[in-house]
Amino acid sequence: MTLSLFFQHLANGISLGSLYALIAIGYTMVYGILRLINFAHGDIVMLGSYIAFYGVVMFFLPWWVSFPLAILLTGVVGIIIERTAYKPLREVPRINLFTSAVAVSFLLENLGLVIFGARPKGFHRPPVMDTVLYIGGAAVVSYTPIIILTALVLFGGLMFVVHRTKVGMAMRALSKDIETTGLMGVNTDQVITFSFALGSALAAAGGILWAIKFPQIQPLMGVMPGLKAFIAAVLGGIGDITGALIGGFLLGIAEIMLVAFMPNLAGYRDAFAYSILILLLLFRPTGIMGEMEPEKV
Amino acid sequence: MMKITRNRILTLITLVVFAGFLAYSQATFNPYILRIMNLCAIFTIFAVTFNLVYGYTGQFSLGHAGFAAVGAYTAALLTMTPVQKELNFFLEPIVPVLANVQWPFLPAMLLGGVLAAVVGFLIGWPALRLRGDYLAIATLGFGEIIRVLFVNMQRVTNGSLGLKGIPEYTNVYWSWGLALVTIFVTKRLVDSSYGRALKAIRDDEVAAEALGVKLSYHKILAFTLSSFFVGIAGALLANLISTIDPKVFLFFLTYQVVGITVMGGMSSLTGSTVSACLYTVFLEALRPVESPFSIGPLRVPGVPGMRMVIFSALLLLVILFYRRGLFGQAEFSWDWFFEKTSALRARLGRTGKTAPAPSIESEEEERP
Repeated sequence: MTLSLFFQHLANGISLGSLYALIAIGYTMVYGILRLINFAHGDIVMLGSYIAFYGVVMFFLPWWVSFPLAILLTGVVGIIIERTAYKPLREVPRINLFTSAVAVSFLLENLGLVIFGARPKGFHRPPVMDTVLYIGGAAVVSYTPIIILTALVLFGGLMFVVHRTKVGMAMRALSKDIETTGLMGVNTDQVITFSFALGSALAAAGGILWAIKFPQIQPLMGVMPGLKAFIAAVLGGIGDITGALIGGFLLGIAEIMLVAFMPNLAGYRDAFAYSILILLLLFRPTGIMGEMEPEKV
Repeated sequence: MMKITRNRILTLITLVVFAGFLAYSQATFNPYILRIMNLCAIFTIFAVTFNLVYGYTGQFSLGHAGFAAVGAYTAALLTMTPVQKELNFFLEPIVPVLANVQWPFLPAMLLGGVLAAVVGFLIGWPALRLRGDYLAIATLGFGEIIRVLFVNMQRVTNGSLGLKGIPEYTNVYWSWGLALVTIFVTKRLVDSSYGRALKAIRDDEVAAEALGVKLSYHKILAFTLSSFFVGIAGALLANLISTIDPKVFLFFLTYQVVGITVMGGMSSLTGSTVSACLYTVFLEALRPVESPFSIGPLRVPGVPGMRMVIFSALLLLVILFYRRGLFGQAEFSWDWFFEKTSALRARLGRTGKTAPAPSIESEEEERP
């Protein structure tokens, strides 16, 4: 393998990893606060890319209007889902919440199949993202650096919100203890809803970038990225935002490198991610950045 | 004592009547209805086994599709004729070990169950150390790994081409017979001391452990037993639909099972059974929704996939507003039945009408 080919694989792995990371952040935020694996998150990814697609194709919006609009609208959908399907179940055993998430995911997928149709649709890359660049001998299509940059910018923005704003402080407090935070005068419902909106918006961004990288969208497209991103979130230590970023990059690079170095194992790529997950769960269930949580009675 | 004898006799009578009904339906009903009946039984097994692991033991496992795949492929490969296998494996020849074997249905199915149980044990052993959502993800992952393996093991499973021409051995005797066995075994298990341990684990793991319940032993027991029956159900499914490929066992299947069980009620085998039958029949009854129809002058175009939308919306509504499901934790029993009917008779008074039979399908329940 030549060096330039290696760099191409690396760039590919990093861009895939940044997609995983963007989606993983949503999982991790919700888990950090509600201890809920939002199973529907992958389908929110799908929704984001479809809204962006229809914005361009049906309403003839330029992509730089349609994409942010899709991110915004998906955030709103996230709020609706949280308010209708998760909020009423906050006081009951957590497993019910989880079942509800499974049901929401099931509903979104089937609605997608009915409304958008099962046939895959071609997603048009904006021309800016479709030119070939030569960076140090490696040929990369311009969407690769754009994806990585967008992911990093969004991550930076998120870090700012979480660590420098009042609502971010409330979010961090909630992830430690919801009740106490409520007693301190924080409107917990609002903060939870806000983090759902934020997570869904990031998922939509991930979905749009995913559609740019793999320009074909279909109603079940969110399932695999969703599961992989979840693995990434666990890898980095679920509940930890930086961990989700690291886990996403690690998983993306590892997957691409597996296929690059052992092409005959390419068919096992999806199994590979799960194997990592299971090994990790067995030996270090808290992930790379996670803290050990003592068992509470 | 009297009551127990009475209940036993009634159970026996019900079973005989049910067997007669099966014989009658196998002889006279058309294949379409028979297939629905078979599917009812298969989904009953799926739901009951899921209930054993989730409803009684409190372990959220999402590996059903994977275990069903193991059972289905085992039974399919063992029951297919050598000629059929040669026709199927045209890309790459089948491994020589499997090329010429052809077993009768029962041993093939049992081996399918046993292999699924072995896989279940191997998965459960490490995975059941994890809790709650982690367990769900790990088992979902295992299910997917099994599927990916099946896609890639071209010479054993024929990859994504799938297997065609599996002999259609499954009939209502097999499917309902095994569904009854599953219900019976599960019921006996959850009513035994093991079952109490399982419920203790469900209600509070830490407290159960403090009381001396061996956590991993009991969890693995329930999990392995459940995967055995899932494997059997998979075998029944393969020999019913006669064509399988890895896509049949996407986790869509698992989602359906979760939905059925939740709708029937956690820790109610009656609920799982009724819900599985209702679901299968309901899904068939909803078929017209997907073909074009007209309400007066309004023409509604058919929307394929609408049935699943209705089902998933219904599932969500049940979870949100009717958390107990159809039966909650209640089970059908003869005592309950007589209490209800006598109450009903009392209420009807002297109107001279006989009390209408309760709507539950009493045939499927056995309460010895």
